[in-house]
Amino acid sequence: MFWTYLVRELRRRRRQAFVVALGLGVGIGLVVTVSSLSSSVGKAQTSVLHSLYGVGTDLTVTQQGRPGSGGSARFGFGPPPSARPGQRFTRDRALPSPGRQAFSASRVATIAGVDGVGQAAGALELTMIHFTGTFSTSGGGNGFPSSSAGGSGSSSQQPPVNVSTYTLDGVDVSALSVGPLGSASLEGGRSFRTDETDAAVAVVDQSYAKQHKLHVGSTLTIGGTTFHVIGIEADSSSSADVYVPLARAQSMGDAFGQVNIVYVKAASASAVSRAQSGIEAALPKATVTSSSDLASQVTGSLSSASSLANDLGKWLSIVVLIAAFALASLLTVSAVSRRVREFGTLKALGWRTRRVVRQVMGEAMAQGLLGGLLGMVLGVAGAVAVVQFMPTLTATLGGLGGFGGGGGGGGFPAAQGGQTGGPPGFAGRTVAVHLTPSLSLEIFVLAIVLAVAAGLIAGSIGGWRAARLRPAEALRRVD
Amino acid sequence: MYELTNVSKSYRKGGTMIPALQDLTLRIDDGEFLAVQGPTGHGKTTLLQMLGGLDRPTSGSVVFDGRDLAEMSEHELTDVRSRSFGFVFQTFNLIPTLTAQENVETALVPVHPDASGRRRRAMEELEAVGLADRATHFPLELSGGQQQRVAIARALVREPEVVLADEPTGNLDEAMREEIMELLVRLWRDRDRILIVVTHDSAVAARASRRVWLREGRVGAPEGVDSASV
Repeated sequence: MFWTYLVRELRRRRRQAFVVALGLGVGIGLVVTVSSLSSSVGKAQTSVLHSLYGVGTDLTVTQQGRPGSGGSARFGFGPPPSARPGQRFTRDRALPSPGRQAFSASRVATIAGVDGVGQAAGALELTMIHFTGTFSTSGGGNGFPSSSAGGSGSSSQQPPVNVSTYTLDGVDVSALSVGPLGSASLEGGRSFRTDETDAAVAVVDQSYAKQHKLHVGSTLTIGGTTFHVIGIEADSSSSADVYVPLARAQSMGDAFGQVNIVYVKAASASAVSRAQSGIEAALPKATVTSSSDLASQVTGSLSSASSLANDLGKWLSIVVLIAAFALASLLTVSAVSRRVREFGTLKALGWRTRRVVRQVMGEAMAQGLLGGLLGMVLGVAGAVAVVQFMPTLTATLGGLGGFGGGGGGGGFPAAQGGQTGGPPGFAGRTVAVHLTPSLSLEIFVLAIVLAVAAGLIAGSIGGWRAARLRPAEALRRVD
Repeated sequence: MYELTNVSKSYRKGGTMIPALQDLTLRIDDGEFLAVQGPTGHGKTTLLQMLGGLDRPTSGSVVFDGRDLAEMSEHELTDVRSRSFGFVFQTFNLIPTLTAQENVETALVPVHPDASGRRRRAMEELEAVGLADRATHFPLELSGGQQQRVAIARALVREPEVVLADEPTGNLDEAMREEIMELLVRLWRDRDRILIVVTHDSAVAARASRRVWLREGRVGAPEGVDSASV
């Protein structure tokens, strides 16, 4: 009788039931969409940070460089004696990341010994400037044509010189679980082996590989050394374009026995702040940055989307939900008021108040659950639509490790080949972020909880109204 | 058996108390068919609600089978209503979303947890009122007379000791009125229950074994008749 009565009653006032369910559906759908967007943005932020600093990394240690200290060029730039006019040339120049001062790799051991530190791995981040061109036919000077700022200068008299930059990380192959490759998922090939401490092997970022037509097994020439590509990193927002063993990077950057960043994994989640203060005490000149510091430094449209989802989205959802709950409650009370005689009759027949209330609650709950289902469908559609139609977001990571001014080489042209815009540690390092709808079980549980809550609230108010009906008064009412 | 002693009932309307029943004393014996007549607003329906445990008197006692309904808790009253009383209303008061059979079943819900047993009993009662073939029809698919017969089946389905009917023919035409009264009288005779009918209609009241007139909330005589001769 309970279900028959419930279903028939909802069918009788299906228009009203649909309005209630739709109202709740819109409210719950908005919550699902906003929660999904918020989760997507959160995951994207985490992904950006992880791809830059590794999943297992809790802290990074850098040392700010002095203005103008950018390191020296490793590879000579003058023309060889045998250079002939018109002959093609390629040159690479390695610069330590601007703003970062290299320091002795022995400090990695110091950091590893600090209380609260679980693991530490040093790395050397370099900015590579790659020149390609043809020796000048006009003679004079150093034999090179001049290059225009912007990278690909050309003039009517001189052949063009192409200048491009890319980022190169020298990683400690014995501690890959901490650092930029800690989170790397490889699209192909493999990561470094621990015995490849000085091997001429490289892992290349997916976008860089695509741009330069590299694949596992192909070779890459850096500063005259041929590196074998052993793996392609799948993450498009990785911290570098090319990864090589640390010793190789030290050799290219003329920084033997040096690193310019140390990735630290705390002994436990609760030990992060202890490790941070311990490192700051042990290395007073170092800049110790935690994951939360990094997160707060992520700006750009990703950050704006995060604020939008967390602030405006949250409040909009709350307002719409309150309105939907109020609508459901009002319409339930209104339905009870229209059925005063019906409930009065049932009470006269001996139906206990709790049975009448249960019937009202059941109807409200059914409407709530219908709204919840509708909300899930609308919410999923909204989440997919938002991600589909939202313009590509960008995350800008600025101020990490301080700003050391231009590189020692007097600065360098804007990036031409690197997809990530600039080297790590540089203000305004911007990466493109592609959101994917994040629909977890928790979001659906939240939708059901809201639907049940809406049903309970509306049903309680309606039930309270029904419970207060006295059969005599109800029967006295003329419809 | 009913024993009403000095029953008064007043309603607050605005700032004033309106008396509906005044110091009413009445006895109703088992097996009696009592017709309650009187002008509109003189307390007939209020009396019926006191007898059916739907309302409580402001003062006095309504003793049914040795227990004062006025002293019972809401819970106990609900129990008595579900077991001992059957109601027939002027406007039928059927649930519009339930079929004839399901409407009859609603009276069994508080006392009969078994659904198949309820269905069987409801069908038996619909047969008794001649509506077995309309069991699956909704109220709006039935005529007024058929709806009232469903309501009578609902009132009788749990074999109550008392059937209380409030203007049972008030919404029916003359032919249908005769049919419904024939049915009520037949069922009353066959089942030996107390039947109390509130009516304006003297033709309906004429079928009763006893008639009482209510005037201004008191048992009196019809207009133009000396109360001493009643």
